[in-house]
Amino acid sequence: MRHHLSLIVYLAICLLIIVIFQQSWLNAYIQIVMMFIGINIMLSSSLNLINGYMGEFSCGHAGFMAVGAYAASLLNMGLFTTSSIFGHSLFIGPQYSVFLFPVTLIVAGFCAALVGLLVAVPSFRTRGDYLAIITLAVNYIVKSSIENIQEIGGARGFMGMRQVVNAMNNVINIPWLMIWILAFAGISIVALKRFVGSTYGKGVIAIRDDEIAAEIMSVNTQRVKLIAFMLSSGIAGIAGGLFAHVIGYINPGTFTIMKSTEIMVMVYLGGMGSLSGSVLSAILFTVMLEFLRPLQLFKWVLIPLLLIILMLFRPEGLMGNRELSDVFPGLRRFFPSKEY
Amino acid sequence: MPLLELKQINHFFGGLQAVYNFNLTIEPGELIGLIGPNGAGKTTIFNLVSGFYKPTQGDILFHEKSITHLKPHQVTSLGLARTFQNIRMWNSMTVLENLCISQHYRMGYSFMDAIFSTKTYHEHEKAVVKQAMEILESLGLSEAANEYPKNLPYGLQRRVEIGRALTIKPSLLLLDEPAAGMNPSDIDRLIELIRWIREQFHLTIWLIEHQMKVVMSLCERLCVLDFGQIIAEGSPSDIKNNPRVIKAYLGDEEADDNAEN
Repeated sequence: MRHHLSLIVYLAICLLIIVIFQQSWLNAYIQIVMMFIGINIMLSSSLNLINGYMGEFSCGHAGFMAVGAYAASLLNMGLFTTSSIFGHSLFIGPQYSVFLFPVTLIVAGFCAALVGLLVAVPSFRTRGDYLAIITLAVNYIVKSSIENIQEIGGARGFMGMRQVVNAMNNVINIPWLMIWILAFAGISIVALKRFVGSTYGKGVIAIRDDEIAAEIMSVNTQRVKLIAFMLSSGIAGIAGGLFAHVIGYINPGTFTIMKSTEIMVMVYLGGMGSLSGSVLSAILFTVMLEFLRPLQLFKWVLIPLLLIILMLFRPEGLMGNRELSDVFPGLRRFFPSKEY
Repeated sequence: MPLLELKQINHFFGGLQAVYNFNLTIEPGELIGLIGPNGAGKTTIFNLVSGFYKPTQGDILFHEKSITHLKPHQVTSLGLARTFQNIRMWNSMTVLENLCISQHYRMGYSFMDAIFSTKTYHEHEKAVVKQAMEILESLGLSEAANEYPKNLPYGLQRRVEIGRALTIKPSLLLLDEPAAGMNPSDIDRLIELIRWIREQFHLTIWLIEHQMKVVMSLCERLCVLDFGQIIAEGSPSDIKNNPRVIKAYLGDEEADDNAEN
């Protein structure tokens, strides 16, 4: 019972949110902001695996998000909708989207993980600043490739993902997107937490602390890096797929270095090597962005300024290397502790 | 049957030849020392053996199998562990975590087991922690298990690093200047420790050391390296009186009095 306390609490919160959505107690704008929070949690915590735990500097996370967004949208639209770009739906009928939507997201995650190889393989030979440049290049490769494929709209992008959401709502009218965001965000956090909590996954931290010692002390650094990069970019891909369906419209211009920077800001705001920090900062940052919306473009003066102040006075981020349960030990009872 | 054989090793760094025709055979159970002036190529040889460098020419056999082209983690997983000249612990993790991670090659589960928290995962994780605790206890370090290595005194850090190498369950242990930066009482304790782990874990030990006290009281055989070449080999007492060794360490009579010692 105690071991499942955190799961029960999480499910209760999810249920509450779903009921709120179902009853439309909050307006559509706040609903969308809440969905973005969930997506940003996935993005920041997955980037934290690379930038925080592994100590590399990946600044192309939006590239993986783009791959996931396009893969999920293309799959869903190709399978379940009839549109001018993709022709008649390939599948038996749109009603099957209810079951197959999460599957398409996972496939999208796999696609993004494969593109993650573009960073993982160079990371065997190079690291630090040089790898950062490679991640930047990968971001641009993804963006430019999509821009040049006219079949999927090129630089104009394409829309129609609403139809998929509508198809799901036609079967059972519940807030499907929020449900899947809650599910995938929860799964991602648990997966990342378990990975970095295992001795196997701590190989990632060993690489950050001293890669030579890790390699000589029997850590297969190449495999560990491969897993870390693919896990991270896979989660970013799933987040991208969800993002595309929330917005209902994607174009390559959404997934530029600007988006990558946003994710990075969340990681550094929350604290490197702290998953709860990433979750907190994703919530804080998304809400802050919305509150600063009246400032229009000045928002992008103020937010970087906040980042400068943060780096000067609290460079380790809000949480540093600690988790929420280290700051408030009372929370420990919600998390099963390992005692061997 | 020799435990480790180095055959005709030549190693170049660009145009510089760091190791010349290095030949050495280590039998199981030996405690052998590698000494030589600074820059003679001692650590290079350890780096070649542990797979960190690939020799330009030559072959390295461990348990009569070639390990020349293996990656460092593969070499280590065969039971060839080492420590470093400057202590290299993972300082953001506790001593216990350090000793767990070094068992990475026989973790026995995949990352999927960790993510799905399977039974295999929990069983193996338990075994890994148990093994680490056993080593810590045997070295008298159980109280330091939850400390961060960088917060420990230098002598203990060395001990922890040797403990980490022992979690590999090595048959051959390479110690790269274990006494570097230690005070005399630390050195006495280190000599005792090396003797003890050798008995306890049935180890063959190969060490690099500048502290003559350590070398003379521990090693049964010495190998002297100068400019990448073996200039003498034999028992410590022979080496002490070998004119070539004295020349390498103290320089020629004409040479500057301040030469390397």
